[in-house]
Amino acid sequence: MDGAMGLLGGGGGGGSSGGSTDGSMSTVSKAEVVEQDYVGLMSEVSSYPAEAELELGLGLSLGGAMKAKPCAWREYGRILTAKDFPSVVSRGSSASSSSSSGRGTSTTAITGTKRTADTVAQDVGHANGASQVVGWPPIRAYRINSLASQVKASTAEEDDHSIFGNDKNKNSAKKDTNNSNNKNNSNIQEKGCRRSSLFVKVNMDGVPIGRKVDLNAHSCYESLAQTLEDMFHRPTTTVNANRSSGEKEHNLMVEAAKSSRLLDGSSEFVLTYEDKEGDWMLVGDVPWGMFLNTVKRLRIMRTSEANGLAPRFQERDQRQTPAPRLRGSKPI
Amino acid sequence: MASKRQKDSPEEEKKQASSFPDEVLECVLGFVKSHRDRSSVSLVCKDWYNAERWSRTHVFIGNCYSVSPEILVRRFPNIRSVTLKGKPRFSDFNLVPLNWGADIHAWLVVFASAYSFLEELRLKRMTITDESLEFLAKSFPNFKALSLVSCDGFSTDGLKAIVAHCNYRNLTELDILENGIDDLGGSWLSCFPENFTSLEVLNFASLNSEVNFDALERLVARCKSLKVLKVNKNVTLEQLQRLLVHTSQLTELGTGSFSQELTLREYSELESAFSNCKNLYTLSGLSEATSLYLPALYPACVNLTFLNLSDAALQSAELAKLLPHCPHLRRLWVLDTVEDKGLEAVGSSCPLLEELRVFPAEPFEQDVVIGGVTESGFVAVSQGCRKLHYVLYFCRRMTNSAVAAVVKNCPDFTHFRLCIMNPWEPDYLTKEPMDEAFGVVVKTCTKLQRLAVSGLLTDLTFEYIGKYAKNLETLSVAFAGSSDRGMQCVLAGCPKLRKLEIRDCPFGNAALLSGLERYESMRSLWMSACHVTMNGCRLLAREMPRLNVEVIKEDGSDDTHAEKVYVYRSVAGPRRDAPPFVLTL
Repeated sequence: MDGAMGLLGGGGGGGSSGGSTDGSMSTVSKAEVVEQDYVGLMSEVSSYPAEAELELGLGLSLGGAMKAKPCAWREYGRILTAKDFPSVVSRGSSASSSSSSGRGTSTTAITGTKRTADTVAQDVGHANGASQVVGWPPIRAYRINSLASQVKASTAEEDDHSIFGNDKNKNSAKKDTNNSNNKNNSNIQEKGCRRSSLFVKVNMDGVPIGRKVDLNAHSCYESLAQTLEDMFHRPTTTVNANRSSGEKEHNLMVEAAKSSRLLDGSSEFVLTYEDKEGDWMLVGDVPWGMFLNTVKRLRIMRTSEANGLAPRFQERDQRQTPAPRLRGSKPI
Repeated sequence: MASKRQKDSPEEEKKQASSFPDEVLECVLGFVKSHRDRSSVSLVCKDWYNAERWSRTHVFIGNCYSVSPEILVRRFPNIRSVTLKGKPRFSDFNLVPLNWGADIHAWLVVFASAYSFLEELRLKRMTITDESLEFLAKSFPNFKALSLVSCDGFSTDGLKAIVAHCNYRNLTELDILENGIDDLGGSWLSCFPENFTSLEVLNFASLNSEVNFDALERLVARCKSLKVLKVNKNVTLEQLQRLLVHTSQLTELGTGSFSQELTLREYSELESAFSNCKNLYTLSGLSEATSLYLPALYPACVNLTFLNLSDAALQSAELAKLLPHCPHLRRLWVLDTVEDKGLEAVGSSCPLLEELRVFPAEPFEQDVVIGGVTESGFVAVSQGCRKLHYVLYFCRRMTNSAVAAVVKNCPDFTHFRLCIMNPWEPDYLTKEPMDEAFGVVVKTCTKLQRLAVSGLLTDLTFEYIGKYAKNLETLSVAFAGSSDRGMQCVLAGCPKLRKLEIRDCPFGNAALLSGLERYESMRSLWMSACHVTMNGCRLLAREMPRLNVEVIKEDGSDDTHAEKVYVYRSVAGPRRDAPPFVLTL
């Protein structure tokens, strides 16, 4: 096969690809090197040329950029050998330049090739945040559409009368609705019934990539704030190494002792939310259940921008007073 | 059967007592239905070849570019039913650009003259325009059944053409499934003529816009032979109940939205409507179903063999209450909202289960810490459902030992599709690769025909596959392998391999070219985001002239890298309709 390989300009390093997984490979001409604009983490593969010559950069798969600039965001699937895995660093480093490609994600900023075609899956992929791979997981577009319009209905059914309206906006399964309406907050009775998920977007000032958090995974503001702090503040290299839930728990336990800095006003950021009326409010002023009913999304805002609020925040007894509104802050 | 296969003259042949006249042979062969059997029959001798070609009425073409309509028509003069598949399967996941091809129109034009008596057309992953639909409606007076799965290029206007022009006596099937189409409104349904009564199958579940309910109700009421009815989400529970009053003979039902404010009276009417549906074998839809109304369904479940809950985000308790009402269940599709507990209920309630598909409710969420299914749900199902042979399982974590336990319980898998949603995810407990999991699958499940692998996998997985998966026909690989060796093992080892689809793997030219001898016995090979170069593809094309080696070029990509490669055998030569971004080498 060597002769044949020769014709290919050494592409693939045919001979050496046999059993070697340690990255030894024939050097090949630059022509075989794939990317100039490669933004993705690529590690050595035995049959692939000259990784050493590649710039390892890390790209964030930002939605808009995907469509507008195919060349700048041209990415190739990340291709690894088994040898990469023991070393967390090579994978952790993929997250290091992105403060928000947070924990638990092994698909770091990789994207397959992007097309400019409008498809639901792509819209979904972009809007959902940090790491998206085109066509992965392999779910067909019609199913993604139908998930988008799913109402994750409450299971509180003990009443005679039905408590679910036929909410039309849930049924509008248009192609691009996946994220914006991916939240169920109508007619929810505060009965302590188990609900599936209540994901809302969270953005933090200064961080380009938003995240989502499931409010139903929490029963109080403290644990929510804790989770958000973990999401946005935790150093990602350690996070990538700790993907087992055991580890997560450990980390959370360690953190639990400290009270959430987001809520007590001592951090440089405060946690705010946009309610159904479009106003931005400080988180923590209303009972948790009421909060769940009105919250549309969250924003971790610089304290400097959240003017005139701090003292009130600590006085949770004053529930009669309407929650302070943040003037002048623009929704993201 | 006559053993003389030499070329006797026709008269002599007929005189021989032991030889069949052609007519008899054709009649006998008319009972041979399976395509593979027919292919075998046609290879026996020239007489059989001829008898087979004259007697064949249904043709299945797995890759529309493997043959041309002209060749088809020349060989088979009496076709009444055509099934065609077009794009590579990964086009379902947006890996194939729009306008790639697989347009049916050229076929329809040829069929219009050669098969004017065509009755059925079933398309999968093809492009069909409204004009083509209209052409279809007008060119085939006997046309009965149209099924479009995962197709694109048309809108509901095209459906109007079919519905309005179809011969009112003949159209029996309109099955529009999961297509990427322009939904311009539901008025197509109102175009069925008032004297139209022949419909047996109507499936518009994946269309989004509202249809005129009165028209639908009248249609359903007058089509007494209706067996399959799958409506879309805009049909409410109360409307569904009105439909069901007319359709006690239904065998397959897809409901609309299953959540609505009902009065008690309406609820009990719904319940009694379902009680009338004793003939249901298949139930789907149920979007937004909640435990409040699910019990109305229970009477209809008594004969169910296929329950498709993949549109209904049920919780484990709801599923656990529903399943005991379906004692004959063989196929079950659910969302992972049912979680492991729900799967335990499956294990305990469905002893006859043969197929399970678990889809993710939140496929793109990276941060899901609760919800979804895990390895323990998988094991729980296998413990109770020993007849399981088809699984499609989306999860976020899995272990080698769990998979080993599953196949120990269920060694008869024919289709094993495991999708661990995070690429390169290792064994959840041991952090090792998932090689051993798939190793034990292929070693134990000797009947395995279809395999999809995921998780952290080295070449060892593929060594196992090549060594043990002797009946494997379809293999899907993503984010796996360590070197060319992986793919080489598969190509060298799996004698029955027909479809190989690979994405984001470190397989390069050496791997591609190691399959030189294999590709002609396969339907197709897809490789994307691998390490194959243009030169490698050119070499393949040069060495194997009867293969079509196509590279899909993407904007801005390197000229030497072959980003997406599609290789398939064809007797029709290179495509004549390839768009500019598809290079045939």
